[in-house]
Amino acid sequence: MEDLPIRAGDDVVRVRQQVRAVAAAAGMSLIDQTKAVTAASELARNTLVHGGGGAARIEKVTSAAGRAGVRVAFEDSGPGITDLDLALTDGWSTGTGMGLGLSGARRLVDEFSLTTEPGSGTTVVMTKWAR
Amino acid sequence: MERVPILKIGSTLLVSIQVDLQDQSVQQLQEDVAERIAATGAKGVIIDITAVEIVDSFIGRMLSMIGSMSRLFDAQTVLVGMRPAVAITLVELGLTLDGVQTALNTEKGLRLLSGGP
Repeated sequence: MEDLPIRAGDDVVRVRQQVRAVAAAAGMSLIDQTKAVTAASELARNTLVHGGGGAARIEKVTSAAGRAGVRVAFEDSGPGITDLDLALTDGWSTGTGMGLGLSGARRLVDEFSLTTEPGSGTTVVMTKWAR
Repeated sequence: MERVPILKIGSTLLVSIQVDLQDQSVQQLQEDVAERIAATGAKGVIIDITAVEIVDSFIGRMLSMIGSMSRLFDAQTVLVGMRPAVAITLVELGLTLDGVQTALNTEKGLRLLSGGP
């Protein structure tokens, strides 16, 4: 387990590759791997574009019931999100996207948590379990 | 940043994405396709994503924009070779790729462009 920096566009690609490797090692199906990687890609881009850069911690985890999965924590020290409900709404966007990044990523994973403090940054943790 | 090559076959541009797309690459591709259509008068664009492992909302939006933009140059865009896992993920993500038509593979994409069955 290591922290991958997210400072540029190619770091987003590295996060995807690492999430793919861990998801495969957790025994996830190709479809679940793809969902996890896609969600991670959305969140890594948010860290870069909205958070002004940060880091991703990618780890293989095991549930109490013995299921394997992949967990990724994205952390930035950017401006934070002032209206979380709005940010999680489909179609709402501050940038050039389609406003599906955050809400779409949440739909693609099994567990999703977001902690944000206006002015001091945002942490998003996503977990996807093997079926 | 890796640049995606654009081939021209007759009046069709063929774009085969073989790299792990970062945002700048797909943005660059949009500009390159526009310039090539304008320069060649191509009537169709085939984008082959057989090798693409994920399409997230940004990449999807860019592909959609390439389609809408090429229509302004009187060219049709067909997206071919989407992996099943990518298709399932796109639907769950809520992404509809407006502006582009789709076909199962390059051969069917070419047939679609030539107006065949």
